[in-house]
Amino acid sequence: MSVTGDYHTKNTLETFSFLPALTQEEVYAQINYMLSQGLTPGIEHEAPENAMDNYWTMWKLPFFGETDLNNVVNELESCRREYPDHNIRLTGYDNYTQSQGVNFVVFKAQGSSSRVW
Amino acid sequence: MAKFDSGVKEYRDLYWTPDYTPLDTDLLACFKVVGQAGVPREEVAAAVAAESSTGTWSTVWSELLTDLEYYKGRTYRIEDVPGDKEAFYAFIAYPLDLFEEGSVVNVLTSLVGNVFGFKALRSLRLEDIRFPIAYIKTCGGPPAGIQLERDRLNKYGRPLLGATIKPKLGLSAKNYGRSVYECLRGGLDLTKDDENINSQPFMRWRDRWDFVADAIHKAERETGERKGHYLNVTAATPEEMYKRAEYAKELGMPIIMHDFLTGGFTANTGLANWCRENGMLLHIHRAMHAVIDRNPHHGIHFRVLAKCLRLSGGDQLHTGTVVGKLEGDRQSTLGFVDQLRESFVPEDRSRGIFFDQDWGSMPGVFAVASGGIHVWHMPALLNIFGDDSILQFGGGTQGHPWGNAAGACANRVALEASVKARNEGRDLERESKDILTAAAQHSPELAIAMETWKEIVFEFDTVDKLDVQ
Repeated sequence: MSVTGDYHTKNTLETFSFLPALTQEEVYAQINYMLSQGLTPGIEHEAPENAMDNYWTMWKLPFFGETDLNNVVNELESCRREYPDHNIRLTGYDNYTQSQGVNFVVFKAQGSSSRVW
Repeated sequence: MAKFDSGVKEYRDLYWTPDYTPLDTDLLACFKVVGQAGVPREEVAAAVAAESSTGTWSTVWSELLTDLEYYKGRTYRIEDVPGDKEAFYAFIAYPLDLFEEGSVVNVLTSLVGNVFGFKALRSLRLEDIRFPIAYIKTCGGPPAGIQLERDRLNKYGRPLLGATIKPKLGLSAKNYGRSVYECLRGGLDLTKDDENINSQPFMRWRDRWDFVADAIHKAERETGERKGHYLNVTAATPEEMYKRAEYAKELGMPIIMHDFLTGGFTANTGLANWCRENGMLLHIHRAMHAVIDRNPHHGIHFRVLAKCLRLSGGDQLHTGTVVGKLEGDRQSTLGFVDQLRESFVPEDRSRGIFFDQDWGSMPGVFAVASGGIHVWHMPALLNIFGDDSILQFGGGTQGHPWGNAAGACANRVALEASVKARNEGRDLERESKDILTAAAQHSPELAIAMETWKEIVFEFDTVDKLDVQ
C-alpha cells in the first residue's frame, strides 16, 4: 500500500507563488524578460487582507519607455521601503492586448514569509 | 436580357470563372474535392459552387427574375493537392449577400448543405473559409474574450490550469463537489464538468451547482485566488439551458459550459449572447468534432469549426493537445489556434491556412488543451500553446497517489517552473527534464507525480495529416 501525504492548502498570490521565493538573480531575469518583450513595468502594493481586490495601489505611474533593469529594481526597493507591510507586485502592461504579460509578487508583506533579497 | 432556355446546362458554363478576382467582401471557401471518374475537374468544381449557392440541377424560369451574376458563387481557382493524385482544391467565392448577418448557421447550411451528398462527388471536404471582415462585424463573437477573462479571473503571465472531474459519470453531487474542492485548493484555477454530465439520475444539475458553488467559495477563501468550474448547461432544450445558466449566475459562478456541435450553433449563439449580457464566461467543448473533421477526404476541417465557433461565441475552445491521447497534428493545431486568438492570420499552407483572415476587433478565444496529458508534458505544452491557453489535466491531477490537491499542486509547480524557465530564455522542449527535476526538489507533490507518470506516452501516427509533401 502506498503512503499518502497530507496536503496543506496554501494561501497564495497567483503566478509564481507555488515556487520557492525567487532569488535576486531570478527576479532580475524576469524583469529582463518583461523589458525584452516590450512590456511596460508597473509596481503595485496592497495590504495582505486586500490581496484579492482587482485594484492594488499603484506605486507612482507605470514606467513607460523604461528599458533599464536597474531603474525598475530601484523603484521596487523604494516601494518596499515605503510599504514594508504590503505585498508588492510587478506588472508588465501590454498595450496591444490591453492585458498584463507579466504579473507576480516580488516582495511579500513583512510578517508573512517575506521575500528578502 | 437572356431568354428562358429550359433544360440542363453544364455547371462550368456559369460557375467556373477562372478570370474572377475575389472581392474583399466575398466569403471565400476552399474545398478538397474528389469527383466521380470521367467528370472534368472544372465541371465538378463548378458544381460545388452552384450547389452551395444559387444553382440547381435544371434551369428554372424564375432565375431570370433576379440577377444571378450578382448572387452566384464562383469557382475561381483549382489547385492540385500535394501528394494526392485524386483530389484537388476548389476555391470558391460567395457574394456577401448570400448570407444572413450574424448567422454561422446560415453560412454552414449553404456551404456544407446538400452539396455534400451530391452524386457527382465521391468525397468533399471544406478545408477553410475566409470570412470577410464585413461579415465578422455582424457576429457577436466571444462573450468576454481572453483579455476580459484574464481580468475577471486575475490570471496573468501564464496559461490557466484546469482539470475535468473524474469519474465522469456516477458521482453524487456532494462527492463531486468534494473532488472540485480538492483540485481547486491544491492550486488549479478551474475545474470542468465532463461533457457527458448534464443532469442524470445520479446527480441532478441543481444539486451539482449547489455543491460546486460551495467548493469554489471555500477554495477561494482559503487560497486567496480566484477559482471557477465550468458548469455544463448543455441540455435538451434552449429553455432548460437558460434556466440552468440563470441559477449558475445566481450562485455567483463565473463560467458555464456548452457543447457546441451536439448542442448546435443556434443554441450556442443564443447562449453566448446570454453570457455577454449576464457577465458570464462560456467554455466550449467539442463532442462530435472527430466525426466531422477526422477523415482527410470528407467533412469539415476543424479549423473551419473553430472559426465558426469564434464567430458564434465562446471564451474557451478545446483544440487537442498535440502530445496527449487524442489526435492532433502539431502544425495544423497551431494553425487553428491562431484563428482562435489572433486579430490577423496570414495564409500559411504549412499550417493548413488557405487564406489571410482578418478578425478585426473580435475578441480572442482561449485554446484548451485537454486529454491524456500529465506533468511531463508541461514544458512542451507551454511551448506549443503559449500563455493564452488552458491546460487541463484530469487523470494527471486526480490520479496522483496523494489525491487531487497534491496532483493539482504538482501541476501548478510544473507550470510555474516552465513559465519561469521560458522567461529566462531556456529551451522548454530540450531541457524539459532538467526544468521539472529541479522544480521537484522543492515539491514532493511534483516528485511523486513525475514518478507516477514517467513512462506514459501516446505515440500514434496522425490520421488527418496536412497535405504537404
